[in-house]
Amino acid sequence: MSILSFTTDFFERLSLEHGWDFSVFYDSYDFDQFMTGAWISLQLMFYVVIVSLIVGVLGAWLQRSRFRTLSLCITAFVEVFRNTPPMIQMLFFYFALGSLTPMTDAGGYMEPMISAFGWAVISLGLFGGAFNIEIFRSGLDSVPQSTIDGAESLGFSKWQIYFEITLPLALRISYPSLVNNLISLAKWTSLGYVIGVAEMTLTLRRIWSLQSNTVEMMMVLFLFYVTVISFISWILHRIEKKLVLPGYGE
Amino acid sequence: MALSRNAHKLLLIAIAVLFAVYIYSAGAWADSHAIEELLTWMPFILKGFWINLVISVLAMLLGTVLGICLGLLELSPLAVVRKPAYFVMNVFRNTPWLVILFIAMFIFPFEFSWKGRIIDIPNWIPAIVSFAFAVMPDIAEVLRGAINSIPRAQWESAASLGLTRGQTLRDIILPQCVRRMIPPWMNWYAILVMATPLASILGVQESLSHTSIAMEAAGSDPEFLIPFYVFLLGLFFLYIYPISLLTRRLERKYGYIS
Repeated sequence: MSILSFTTDFFERLSLEHGWDFSVFYDSYDFDQFMTGAWISLQLMFYVVIVSLIVGVLGAWLQRSRFRTLSLCITAFVEVFRNTPPMIQMLFFYFALGSLTPMTDAGGYMEPMISAFGWAVISLGLFGGAFNIEIFRSGLDSVPQSTIDGAESLGFSKWQIYFEITLPLALRISYPSLVNNLISLAKWTSLGYVIGVAEMTLTLRRIWSLQSNTVEMMMVLFLFYVTVISFISWILHRIEKKLVLPGYGE
Repeated sequence: MALSRNAHKLLLIAIAVLFAVYIYSAGAWADSHAIEELLTWMPFILKGFWINLVISVLAMLLGTVLGICLGLLELSPLAVVRKPAYFVMNVFRNTPWLVILFIAMFIFPFEFSWKGRIIDIPNWIPAIVSFAFAVMPDIAEVLRGAINSIPRAQWESAASLGLTRGQTLRDIILPQCVRRMIPPWMNWYAILVMATPLASILGVQESLSHTSIAMEAAGSDPEFLIPFYVFLLGLFFLYIYPISLLTRRLERKYGYIS
């Protein structure tokens, strides 16, 4: 990948003349690693958020089931995942459960069926999902019974009521708490570091231990997350303003 | 459908029983090799867990002080003070805790000289400082949320009684905030406890690093992984779950809506 030559020159001069070694901005090898790390971090955030939303919607739905055992199981899942450290959950998934998954042939060598990236998505998705279930549950609880009765009298089926009336309303009511949880979840993706997912934290850590430019790389790491997370939070809060339900909150 | 208090107690007991049954049956199944090792190393892991608790309590105290200072700065009528405070809050809030930990551990000195002698600083001290800074913006937000939840009329009536802004804040607003702040504050404490294993990445000897050491010392058998990690997760759960139950109870009692 080529870099604009004048920025390359600038950072190279900065390194040679002033000792500020931002190797990721002039060294093409480090730059490639940096871009790959950024891409993996963004992908991780995206998939974790999607998985956590699916877990949240499904879980909140199953929790309202008439079968008490099922709803108790969901509650147990929520409580266990909300109240234990995500880092140990991730290690548990990757090392303990990862050692139990079958190996597949990846062209000459054996590879576990689920990669470190896959386990990071699964474990953070479940961790964030547990919080989402709780958030959606309280959203669903605050949809007035009269609305549901009204839908019933109009001949909506149970399925239609849930997906066309209750859920959309619940989503809008619970959106502010959801935003907070998704932002905090995006921050937790740096945990991919502990199981060797080559996301931003791990990539820059590798670079600074090779190039011994710790200070500069820590600045880059810090700026990367502040920029990305601020951007995500800006977008989500903009949507929040559009979704505000008249008569709720505010 | 929220579960009643009794149902939650039942759930806690059920999970504890399942945990015990699991440990017992895993022991029987694996010739009790892994469980025997776990029992041998349990005191060592518990000693590590003690460090997690110390780090979490001290970091929360420091973080609360920092957070309240930051939160009060955010309320300043002077834009010169308020704007930078907001900026600091947002920057810290948008940084992963692991990154804050890396930076703080790097900046913090690992030794200092006192009367010509060099004294090592144990690495859990910078860990405490970095967790305190990590939780600071959230405590500031908790304070701001609590102050905003007090009706504006109270400020106005205090002003009409001739109280200054400082007096109003100190004597009228803040005392009412304390009760409202307790549930979300406890929530952040629970999150802080859940974050303390991060310190093991930077070499702090706490429960997670003790668990890894124990598994290695016992022979790195892959059979150890599940029982050891489940034990560690259970340990955190038994500490954090009662806190979150109490938080929810207080939330209901004080009618605080976050």
